[in-house]
Amino acid sequence: MFQVRIHGRGGQGVVTAAEILSVAAFDEGRHAQAFPSFGSERTGAPVVSFCRFDDRVIRTREPVMEPDAVIIQDVTLIHQVDLFSGLSPDGYVLINTSNSFSDLGFGDFFDQYHTERLMTCPATDIALEHLGRPLPNAALLGGFAALTGEIAWDSIDKAVREHFAGPVGERNAAAVRAAFDYVASKVKEVARASTN
Amino acid sequence: MLRQIEGSKAIAETVALCRPEVVCAYPISPQTHIIEAVGAMVKAGTLAPCEFINVESEFAAMSVAIGASATGARAYTATASQGLLFMMEAVYNAAGLGLPIVMTLANRAIGAPINIWNDHSDAMAVRDSGWIQLFAETNQEASDLHVQAFRLAEELSVPVMVCVDGFILTHAVEGVDLLDQSFVDSFLPPYEPRQMLDTKAPVSIGAMVGPEAFEEVRYLAHLRQLDALERIPEIAREFFESTGRESGGLVRPYRTEDAETVVVAMGSVLGTIKDAVDARRDLGERVGVLGVTSFRPFPSDAVRDALAHARQVVVIEKAFSIGAGGVLSTDIAIAIHHEQTLLRTVVAGLGGRAITQRSLEKVLDHASRDELAALTFLDLDQGAVDRERARMHATRRSGPSAENLLRDRSAVSPRAHA
Repeated sequence: MFQVRIHGRGGQGVVTAAEILSVAAFDEGRHAQAFPSFGSERTGAPVVSFCRFDDRVIRTREPVMEPDAVIIQDVTLIHQVDLFSGLSPDGYVLINTSNSFSDLGFGDFFDQYHTERLMTCPATDIALEHLGRPLPNAALLGGFAALTGEIAWDSIDKAVREHFAGPVGERNAAAVRAAFDYVASKVKEVARASTN
Repeated sequence: MLRQIEGSKAIAETVALCRPEVVCAYPISPQTHIIEAVGAMVKAGTLAPCEFINVESEFAAMSVAIGASATGARAYTATASQGLLFMMEAVYNAAGLGLPIVMTLANRAIGAPINIWNDHSDAMAVRDSGWIQLFAETNQEASDLHVQAFRLAEELSVPVMVCVDGFILTHAVEGVDLLDQSFVDSFLPPYEPRQMLDTKAPVSIGAMVGPEAFEEVRYLAHLRQLDALERIPEIAREFFESTGRESGGLVRPYRTEDAETVVVAMGSVLGTIKDAVDARRDLGERVGVLGVTSFRPFPSDAVRDALAHARQVVVIEKAFSIGAGGVLSTDIAIAIHHEQTLLRTVVAGLGGRAITQRSLEKVLDHASRDELAALTFLDLDQGAVDRERARMHATRRSGPSAENLLRDRSAVSPRAHA
């Protein structure tokens, strides 16, 4: 089972992101479950959603407490919400920011983690470029596919097009591709640096 | 067709396949998505002929359902929590009149304190109303149960409530194999009312009944529920034969054959419990699960058979009777009625507190060492309770406990426990 927790703010499509990710996993023939952290969500308030997928039937209904990956849609949540609770040292982190991971002031918090699994992606910039709106959710899923390799890029692409019809789907798909390429190249960069 | 779909949407699409003729509802979280989706289908004309009636309250919603059903229409509504309480009088009337309305209850806690999250307090509040109450374990079952519910309701002329865990199921996106129209049409024949308001053959429905016949009318309602005990498994079997899916039925045992300890529960928590039981089985403990699908009518015989060899029964309930204890537990106790079985009640998941596998395994661990008290509350913060009791003891004007506890836990939002 692979478990993902997505943190963001109300209005950023946090719940939609988990749903789209689950559809992508489903399209790959896997069992998938997505659900929000059930609250009376308001625009701008911290929101959490969850997605888990597995080759076996998923029976559990507990929230994701030990995620394999954490996606942060809003960088202003850092130091405000316990974003990395339960994340194993083998886990992945993808943060929406144009800063680099080392610039985020985590100190030695991630010393035990794999550097190539900790990434940032300017998903809001990418969204603004392709959608004209600061909605980073779809783009981050492209980044997630590149970072983890757990879901194929084209599955995300298909799920995004299923969710957003017509031109909006096209534009989101373009953002997915751009973020995928961005993160994929950064992953390669880190891998090169570590072999040198 | 297997689709990755939100629970509410899957329920709405299945309800539409049942061809309801009148749908009336008032929105309340976490039921809203179901009703929005049904409303959209009526508006788009994909669910036709069907009249979607906007009402001003839940009381009106059930009243309209009663009126519609009494004219011979297939009527559907959905609600939750305070909405159910607001329609309470009409809920009893629907059952008392024997009108086969189907209602989805998106289970949610009841205030005060205000809480929109899941537990089973709402379903328990109408336990004795005369409605059949079926609990869904998954969104697949939640969807399938609606088709079975209309069939059962109309055969017996008894209203049926499909209880679906609010948010946990209604807002979860997962794979659901949606039925097709031709199957539903063959499984669910057109509604043939036992009684209806018909200008060609006028009757009155809803007579005042005095002591001379009230008991008999009530007893007949009881007999219809006992008939349901026969029909629920038969309908589930017929459904299984066509679809291959084990949706519905009275009870669902899991690894109970040689189990010394059996956990009993209702609804979506059964999934997490099964994972916990598998983990304990791997450690060599003989534990099993009994899911109760039909809460009303209560399947005493099926429960007794399933628990016959258990030394200990642990009932995990998302509601309790304040001042007494477990609600489901009481029914289980009456069903098993032998004193050598240890019966333990664990109240869990109140107001949406997450029921985790870790906590469930702790319960099973205690149970295996006979250390489980008769009544416990899962993951209760005893310290916070003690501190509030101390405040109440120290000053008369200790203030509202809910607010005090929030301050005590410095919880800005209850989401900390979600």
